[in-house]
Amino acid sequence: MTVEEKKNRLTDIMAAFIGYTAVHLPDDIVSKLEDLRDAEDDPAARSIYDMMFENMRLASQLGRPSCQDTGLVQFKIECGSRFPLIHQLKDILHDAVIKATAETPLRPNAVEPFDEINTGNNTGTGAPALFWDIVPDDESCSIYTYLAGGGCSLPGHAMVLMPGDGYEGVARFVMDRITSYCLNACPPLLVGVGIAGSIETAALLSKHALLRPAGSHNPNKKAAEMEKLLEDSINAVGIGPQGLGGSSSVLGVNIEYSARHTATIGVAVSFGCWTHRRGHITFDSDLGFITDTHAGFTYGL
Amino acid sequence: MTETINGRTTLTTPFTEEDIRALRTGDVIYISGDIVTGRDDVHIRAVSEGMDLPAEIRGKALMHAGPIVTGSAEDGYSLVAIGPTTSMRMEKLEYDFIKKTGVRLIIGKGGMGKRTAEACREFGAVHCVLPAGNAVFTALCTEEITDAGWLDLGMAEAFWSIRVRELGPLIVSIDSSGKNLFEEKKKEYASRKEEQLQKISKRLETIL
Ligand code: SF4
Repeated sequence: MTVEEKKNRLTDIMAAFIGYTAVHLPDDIVSKLEDLRDAEDDPAARSIYDMMFENMRLASQLGRPSCQDTGLVQFKIECGSRFPLIHQLKDILHDAVIKATAETPLRPNAVEPFDEINTGNNTGTGAPALFWDIVPDDESCSIYTYLAGGGCSLPGHAMVLMPGDGYEGVARFVMDRITSYCLNACPPLLVGVGIAGSIETAALLSKHALLRPAGSHNPNKKAAEMEKLLEDSINAVGIGPQGLGGSSSVLGVNIEYSARHTATIGVAVSFGCWTHRRGHITFDSDLGFITDTHAGFTYGL
Repeated sequence: MTETINGRTTLTTPFTEEDIRALRTGDVIYISGDIVTGRDDVHIRAVSEGMDLPAEIRGKALMHAGPIVTGSAEDGYSLVAIGPTTSMRMEKLEYDFIKKTGVRLIIGKGGMGKRTAEACREFGAVHCVLPAGNAVFTALCTEEITDAGWLDLGMAEAFWSIRVRELGPLIVSIDSSGKNLFEEKKKEYASRKEEQLQKISKRLETIL
């Protein structure tokens, strides 16, 4: 393949993959939703879960987006420094978003600030958002896709606490959002918490945390215990599906952190709704790929 | 008109004041007839800018929603996916919107606030929650797009007129007595949150 042919192929695969993730929820989220449905005692909440599963079935059968808000498209990229299309990747992902918007179809959500014009194709200044990480001396490329819906982006929040506020302060910061804004964010939610030295680092980590599977744990044992503690506590609040009450509230709590300043605890929280449209696909240098989020995804077979 | 179809309470447009005032928070209903979509920009135009809506909605339903639509005015539109958006965003303008338009039933997700509850009480309206994120399920409760207004606002913000059949389940969250299900739930959740935070602080001592 020439570079041009490779570029077209990667654009086509990514457009198809983005479209696929809009229609089919990731495998880990489906199985977590099954667990929550099976454990639900409240009959009204259970009937909402039944509706959700019927919707997932219809979306797959008809090939339509499971939620009408297909969000703003975001990518976290772990790109090998020797991946053959590293220089073209930005353009490729931009074109893939335009193609996925037309072909799936996705709802055009990108609005240019100040001009207040919807661009009509989900791209615009800085959109799609790309969060880059270059992996030295590697020739593969791993791409996380995320469709960030408006409803679940709304409760996102970041602030810098003082060390005296401690981890109790972190817990309160998260729980305050849960019992207020999050009722509207289509629970059960995946909760992503970022802890760092300042707001922008914490905020980015909170989004990275959402890209981890539901049910995964932070490798640091204490952080993992805090995840569990928050998960149990938020579930005990009993928000239930759609915030109308039920036995559980969340799909999980994922914490990511980086070293903080000795004088600050930057904390941020991002939320993923039950329609958590996250994808993960890894390409080798010949553009062969594997995905660990959507076993059903195929391309060109 | 209110009737029971397949064991479900189903209201058909135009809703009478009596139909609506008979509903109580927590009731689960379905609706048939004419609805329109309207979210942030429709409210701004109708209330802040004083513009007339592209179609009359007295006695009908408003859904806070931005659908995915394909097709065109010439070839006809088809509705791919639709579901409610966060109603609270419209709280600031909803009182005046209900007063001005005479809309009787509002569909959205999450709750709304005091002013909307006041309007529901004064003018005989209700707010209902449609479980969100179920956009294909909900699209299949629609029959056709009958009109498209304010398309210059973009697909999500436009004013779509849609005929629906047994759209639901709709859970009444604010009734015409002004009772507000989510405000009650919020109090419940907030008090459980405080209990949990106390437990957390004890547990943290052992973890850290
Ligand atoms: S919060 Fe998620 S599921 Fe709910 S409407 Fe928005 S994108 Fe859809």
